[in-house]
Amino acid sequence: MSVVLIALLAVPLAGAVAAMALPRRSEGDHEPDLRWFGVGVSGLTLALALVLAASFDYGRAGRMQGEVDVPWIPGLDLRFHLGVDGISLPLVVLTALLTFLCFLYLVRHRPETGRFRALVFTLLVLEVGMIGTFLALDLLLFFVFFEIVLIPMYFVIAVWGGADRRAAAVKFILYTLLGSAVLLLGLLLVWSGTGTLDMVRLAEAHGQGMARGVQIVAFLAIGAGLAVKAPMWPLHTWLPAAHTEAPTVGSVLLAGVLLKMGTYGFARIAIPVLPEGAAAVAPWLGAFAVAGIVYGSLACLAQRDLKRMIAYSSVGHMGFVLLGLATLTPVGINAALFGNIAHGLITGLLFFVAGGVKERYGTAQIARLGGGMLGRLPYLGSLLTFACVASLGLPGLAGFWGEMLALLAAFDPAPGLSRPLFLTFMVIGGVGTVLTAAYFLLMLSRVTHGRPDEPTAAGPPPSRAAESLEPWGEPAEPWDETSDPWHLPGRPGEPAGDHADEPAGERAAERGGGHATVPAGQHADERVGERVGGAADEAAGERPGDRVDERAGEPLVATAESGEQPRVRVPDELTAGAVTTAAATGAPVPQAAELAGVPVEPVAGEAAAHPAHPARLWDVTPYELAAWTPLVVLTIVLGLWPKALLALTDPAVRAFLGAP
Amino acid sequence: MIQSIDYAAIAPPLILAVWAGLVLLLDAFLPRGPRTPALLGAVTLAGVLAALGAVVAQAVRATDMETFCVPPISPAGHPSCSFVVDGLTLVFGGIVLATGVVVVLLSAAQLADRSIPAGEWYFLLLCTLTGAITLPASRDLIMLVVALELASLPVFALAALKRYDARGSEAALKLFLVSVISTAVMLFGVSLLYGITGSVHLDRVGAGLSRPGALPDSAFGLAGSGGAPAGVLTVAVVLVLAGFAFKVAAVPFHLWAGDVYQGAPVPVAALLSVISKAAGFAGLIVVLTIALAGQARLWAPIVAVLAALTMTAGNLLALRQRQAVRLLAWSSVAQSGYVLAPLGAGRASAGAAIAYLAIYAAMNTGAFAVVMLVGRGRERTTLDDYRGLAFRSPAAALALAFFLICLAGLPPGLAGLFAKIVVFREIVDGGLAWLAVVMAVNTVIGLYYYIAWTARLFTPDPVPAAAPGRLPARPVAVAIGVALAVSVAFSVAPQLVLSAVG
Repeated sequence: MSVVLIALLAVPLAGAVAAMALPRRSEGDHEPDLRWFGVGVSGLTLALALVLAASFDYGRAGRMQGEVDVPWIPGLDLRFHLGVDGISLPLVVLTALLTFLCFLYLVRHRPETGRFRALVFTLLVLEVGMIGTFLALDLLLFFVFFEIVLIPMYFVIAVWGGADRRAAAVKFILYTLLGSAVLLLGLLLVWSGTGTLDMVRLAEAHGQGMARGVQIVAFLAIGAGLAVKAPMWPLHTWLPAAHTEAPTVGSVLLAGVLLKMGTYGFARIAIPVLPEGAAAVAPWLGAFAVAGIVYGSLACLAQRDLKRMIAYSSVGHMGFVLLGLATLTPVGINAALFGNIAHGLITGLLFFVAGGVKERYGTAQIARLGGGMLGRLPYLGSLLTFACVASLGLPGLAGFWGEMLALLAAFDPAPGLSRPLFLTFMVIGGVGTVLTAAYFLLMLSRVTHGRPDEPTAAGPPPSRAAESLEPWGEPAEPWDETSDPWHLPGRPGEPAGDHADEPAGERAAERGGGHATVPAGQHADERVGERVGGAADEAAGERPGDRVDERAGEPLVATAESGEQPRVRVPDELTAGAVTTAAATGAPVPQAAELAGVPVEPVAGEAAAHPAHPARLWDVTPYELAAWTPLVVLTIVLGLWPKALLALTDPAVRAFLGAP
Repeated sequence: MIQSIDYAAIAPPLILAVWAGLVLLLDAFLPRGPRTPALLGAVTLAGVLAALGAVVAQAVRATDMETFCVPPISPAGHPSCSFVVDGLTLVFGGIVLATGVVVVLLSAAQLADRSIPAGEWYFLLLCTLTGAITLPASRDLIMLVVALELASLPVFALAALKRYDARGSEAALKLFLVSVISTAVMLFGVSLLYGITGSVHLDRVGAGLSRPGALPDSAFGLAGSGGAPAGVLTVAVVLVLAGFAFKVAAVPFHLWAGDVYQGAPVPVAALLSVISKAAGFAGLIVVLTIALAGQARLWAPIVAVLAALTMTAGNLLALRQRQAVRLLAWSSVAQSGYVLAPLGAGRASAGAAIAYLAIYAAMNTGAFAVVMLVGRGRERTTLDDYRGLAFRSPAAALALAFFLICLAGLPPGLAGLFAKIVVFREIVDGGLAWLAVVMAVNTVIGLYYYIAWTARLFTPDPVPAAAPGRLPARPVAVAIGVALAVSVAFSVAPQLVLSAVG
């Protein structure tokens, strides 16, 4: 079994080295084709994790198993001490699983910035750090692994991230590094108080050898370091930016695993090793936790970006985890560990789906998604709905148990903690669950429900819109002015045709410039034809003038958008033809005329009168489905059978807390 | 009185000194040819390697050696020696000579454009190395000062050796003035110590100062019964500290670093930032832990405050730099602060400081070597010149990234991380919580600029790279390889250095 532990670290590490060492496939290639290589290495790691889970002695889940203990640096008392128990096993499996799913997802969804080899390398190193953190049983070794993840994650955000990636990456690394520095001081304080770095012995000692004051200081230092990572309100501000800007796989691993390293540290180090410090600080921890729950939910209500909303929802969910920890009872800590796993699965799924949405629509702005996803993309819409419902804690799904048990634990906190205070926390946390449900349902109602073609009211305010319209105000191509059936004055004082052909230009510009999801030239023609037909029927009942006015506002969104880098990816099988239509965003109008105007000349204006979204989006691809299904299944399984996980964590938690 | 000389003990400095003379003679008598500088470089390299071999041989023998001894005062006592080869001497000798190898290799590239006379350069380099390895072995005040001057003086000339280079001359002049002042200050402190104790040997100074009744209490600034010399010891300690603070570029004597590092040729900057600094710290550690061991409560707080100020000032200055060498200059000031910090804990052993210094030497030398490779004779390199280096020369970029991450103290640069942990542990153990917090904050500031530089390496560069410099790359590549090998070794097995310093 100890061999498996070593292999869990050695395989991804060797894979990372091999990824850099592999030669190019042929002269023409920039780098070797590593898509299946990454899947293979991470799959092997997952297999090892499953072997570990299979060989785990569930009768002794509270004890460390498969320990490896060799001195590494005697001068620092640093031992290469690994082991696995009921607390770390699920997290190790979760890590291996999520990394594997990320690689599976990447097979068909490569980052548009390229440099795939470097991404494989980075993700594999990240995996070493994450698994190592959960296996380490030496305080300094834990710290080393805890730090190893930082640089790869920095590069994942900074190289493959969104438009604001640089600032987000810097914020991420500075925040977490400051936390790490404080964490290191706390760990060294523990070491200087007890003279050992062995986490097992420290946990068994239950804080003996350290005065109460020292314990409080050490808990504050270690807790602050872990709270940045977790993240605990008010140290969470790095998280929304990092999650929003990171590429899909980065967001998944960040939310799914990296945040867990913080809460795992609480459960594994801070609370068992420093019981008196924990007891003194727990009320504050609880207060910050519920503040995080409420704050996260309220912030979510105000978000316009899907990924940002999910990021803030993580703050709320980790608030529940921290609340569970703050109660210092076996129930609470079990709740926290359960919430960890559940959040890893569900938020991983949410970020996968949100990444898929962003890939298809070219944006994750809720307002611009335009509703009706269930109608337009039934599978994707359903998965999004499922993930949201799981995340809001619907009974029967995994998200429910962590929150419910955390609230239950707050009802009856550990002796020595103020019960009325924790009852208050429980009530506030309960309000938080309602708010959580509120924002998820509100988002779902905006995104998945409604009629697919129904334009959304929420857009940039008209004044800004008019401004940004100005450069486009002049009719660049008067080609369809005469053929426009909605030849009505849109705004006084301007040529009538403007508004109508404006959206047409925009729409096609989008298609050409990157929001294009329409595959190839000839397909595009068909599609526009189809759409125009349908649109005419639909629009028949409406007052034409309204329609045009509405549409006049539409391109603004797109105009504003066209300043950004178009960052859309089309699945490879669809890309072939679309490449030819990819036009520079700077000069889209002539292209627009060609593309949209030529085949449907007589009704071009009608086509224009439709939302800026491309007509047909592809639904869930097989690779996405393969990557997401395990998460869905596990969410349901853990929701229906929570005991599977709780039976694993409970003995270890009781052993730590010295509870019967 | 006849002193016996143990030639085995003084072999390393002796080899270097003889080699320095040899190089000067070769330069004078060899026919001038196109290959003369390369030949002189090879001879110098052989000399440094021979001295390194002697140090290794001494380390293998594993017994302390002493020479230039005077008989003990009392018949039962131990003789006091001026030159001692012990663990400290060997570790510093190793640091200095290993860095010396890299500096010689960098010099070979630097001298290739013939704007600097090779013979003088190598002669001066060997002289400064001689001084730098004699210093940690010195156990009397006079030898200490002589060795320190031997290590310092040739560096001014090295900085100014590039003819018709105003920047280099300015650097040399600044360095000269600062160094002369610091020497004067230190000599004054040293003479006070001699005056108080009547001895130049450090062990006797230490014994004299801690003998009960040897000093009036008022020397500590406490209310005491004795009269004179009130506060003399304090003044002496402060002056000695100030003298060394100049050498290691500690606050408030750090202001010369930026201009001098940038004005001097890159090999000299590397030498200043590692070898001169190591020499300064060796002297400081020897004086503090032997002569002033009993006065820790007097100097420890001063050193701790100096450390905190030094690391903060260095990091804040480095934060705004746009030029590679200046950034390294200020960051090496900050690193001096980290080396000083464990001394501020006032322990008898300086193991943590030496361990940090050894690891710092490897990674900082490496960073300078890559800067040399990228600059290769260009006037200056800004950080933006490193943009996209990973795509132009991946090996150099990866090496530099590793060195910078080491300096930042993050995995995978484990050497730097462990070095910081050693220092943190010493501070926390010594009860200096405030210093630990200051250092933690500083670590993060340092991380920011190291990471920002590292990130540039991997950012694609829209502008085509500037033309490569005109100096040869091969010796620099070897130098980088040496530094990288040592840094990786320290990362995987920091025990190498931790066990050496005890």
